[in-house]
Amino acid sequence: MLTIENLQANVSDKNILKGLNLEIKPGEVHAIMGPNGAGKSTLGHVLAGRDGYEVSGGSVTLEGKDLLALECEERAREGIFLAFQYPVEIPGVSNMEFLKASVDAVRKHRELPAWDAVSFMKKAREACTAVNLDQQFLKRGVNEGFSGGEKKRNEIMQMMLLEPKLAILDETDSGLDIDALQVVANGVNALRSPDRSFIVVTHYQRLLDFIVPDYVHVLADGKIVKSGDKNLALELEEKGYGWLEGESA
Amino acid sequence: MSQENAQSVLNAEPLSDADQQIDDAINKEYSAGFVSNIESDTLEAGLSEDVIRFISGKKNEPEWMLEWRLKAYHQWLEMEEPEWAHVDYPKIDFNEISYYSAPKSMADGPKSLDEVDPDLIATYNKLGIPLHEQQMLAGVAVDAVFDSVSVATTFRENLKEAGVIFCPISEAVHEYPDLVKKYLASVVPVKDNYYAALNCAVFSDGSFVYIPKGVKCPMELSTYFRINEAKTGQFERTLIIAEEGSEVSYLEGCTAPMRDENQLHAAVVELVCLDGAKIKYSTVQNWYPGDAEGKGGIYNFVTKRGIAHTNSRISWTQVETGSAVTWKYPSCVLKGDNSVGEFYSVALTNNYQQADTGTKMIHIGKNTRSTIISKGISAGKSSNAYRGLVRFNAGADGARNFTQCDSLLIGSECAAHTFPYIESKNPKAIIEHEATTSKVSEDQLYLCQQRGIDAEKAVSMIVNGFCKDVFKELPMEFAVEAGKLLEVSLEGSVG
Repeated sequence: MLTIENLQANVSDKNILKGLNLEIKPGEVHAIMGPNGAGKSTLGHVLAGRDGYEVSGGSVTLEGKDLLALECEERAREGIFLAFQYPVEIPGVSNMEFLKASVDAVRKHRELPAWDAVSFMKKAREACTAVNLDQQFLKRGVNEGFSGGEKKRNEIMQMMLLEPKLAILDETDSGLDIDALQVVANGVNALRSPDRSFIVVTHYQRLLDFIVPDYVHVLADGKIVKSGDKNLALELEEKGYGWLEGESA
Repeated sequence: MSQENAQSVLNAEPLSDADQQIDDAINKEYSAGFVSNIESDTLEAGLSEDVIRFISGKKNEPEWMLEWRLKAYHQWLEMEEPEWAHVDYPKIDFNEISYYSAPKSMADGPKSLDEVDPDLIATYNKLGIPLHEQQMLAGVAVDAVFDSVSVATTFRENLKEAGVIFCPISEAVHEYPDLVKKYLASVVPVKDNYYAALNCAVFSDGSFVYIPKGVKCPMELSTYFRINEAKTGQFERTLIIAEEGSEVSYLEGCTAPMRDENQLHAAVVELVCLDGAKIKYSTVQNWYPGDAEGKGGIYNFVTKRGIAHTNSRISWTQVETGSAVTWKYPSCVLKGDNSVGEFYSVALTNNYQQADTGTKMIHIGKNTRSTIISKGISAGKSSNAYRGLVRFNAGADGARNFTQCDSLLIGSECAAHTFPYIESKNPKAIIEHEATTSKVSEDQLYLCQQRGIDAEKAVSMIVNGFCKDVFKELPMEFAVEAGKLLEVSLEGSVG
């Protein structure tokens, strides 16, 4: 699905990713953990193609395609979805209008038939129900006046409609109480399938109790310094990151 | 038709001598008529009493109208061009402008859409303008009787039945002189401002609307206009009179860029809203804004004002995207008790455009209310200013105003300015003023792009969202067009 080789990237001329390797197969869930400033969020933005995130070396392919050659919106249409850590508000643009434009663009690119207004509404309502969001949220401005938890659930709702190949969850658990965490995790688990992969970026092991990963990687100083299964997360919870410092050298 | 004729002449056999003479004679007559036509219909640049006499004579105006124009001209001569607006343009030499040109003959225009600038056609298509309207807008000679003409006739019949008068103001001068004499310059006095005085002296044409007592105009006067608007020229003059308890919704302009070579536009619009009447006046202005380097473009210096009598309501809605320089403040004089004034505005500037626009709400009567919603959008290197005056006179007990004035910036080289003026002589008047300035942020664009939406579409969506409060005041079909218009006007504003 996704192959990252020796990826190096700069933000504002600062070298953040320093040779990162990662192979993700279809259907797998990979958790990325690591200390603050290790480059976890940067990885998500580099994969999504954010402006100002400059790749200085290495390669990324999505199903054999050179991902780095594509514009941000093209990557999204190809199936990269990033659930934002801090979803931004777009006042006056209704969630529904935004979603429709998004779904239309993505489906058109994938040569899928466009959803008519009725089936779109039906899907959107179902997605709302799945993440426990009132349908009124479809009519409100994108993230406008949403609470932190509502914003995160709104992200998952969008993910459900866009049916990505690779979803990147950037600290989706931050700022969520335990109930909201459960809702978000249920949404993600419902989308798990043999042809969809996830990268779950998180600081805390507790999210991984709900979204059980196939692999856990520790990102430190721009590289993956240790990989393991879900038990690695438990170990990190217990010991912190300090014991891994030697390995990043 | 004309193309076919030309073709057949080219293909003709050499003519016999006799035929040749006849042919020459016909052609000569035709061309002579043509030349004299040009001589009498185009006026040399410059403004003088003679020019005004000429304009008035061309329209066969009665003596009183001519005198009115001349008086205005002499008043104008003593006035000074205003310089307080936040706009910057080379000084206009008023003697370098031609003040009369007859409407272009259909024969001078392009023969089909194939001859029209493809960029213009592309824009029409983006705006979703039907083919026959495209032809009309591009000035294509359409000699067949196409649908819209008969539609227009039907409209005219319907209006007549309701007793509504809707005609060119030049016609009203002849047909309804008493109404014109009574109301012309009753809202915007001749000496109101420099451009208004100029307009009085040289106005070309415009609309006259009269809605009788208690009549609700049976249709939006827009529909008619869209397909029947004659080229009214650069000094448009409009007068709308709504008698007691009547209602009318009038829409001027068009989302499509109009073909126009006149650089200076100075229109005057007057609304007379009598007791209990309602006038809704919507404008979509998309005159040529100049090119991306700021060359060319229309100077649009407009005076629009309405006077609201007891229990009446005047509502101005405008979407301004065109012109190189805009200077425009549609205003309400809330004279009667309980009268209501509303101003909803979207002004978008891109490239090197400059706009200084807003409104004036003058509260005279008791319990008068006004609402101002202004949305300014600046992109490129443009400058966009909101200038608004809210005044409460001493007698305006219980009056209140709500103003919301928002600016949206796209890119880092544009500017937005807000100049709100509040004058209150009544301590009990209530005013609320809210203002915001925001930027289309990189984060918003990123969110849209990460969801598969390209940057241009994203900007247009964000801008449309920003303007929602105003668009919902527009007549339905126009709201959709206005949205598309913003999209077209913003093209190239994101790198």
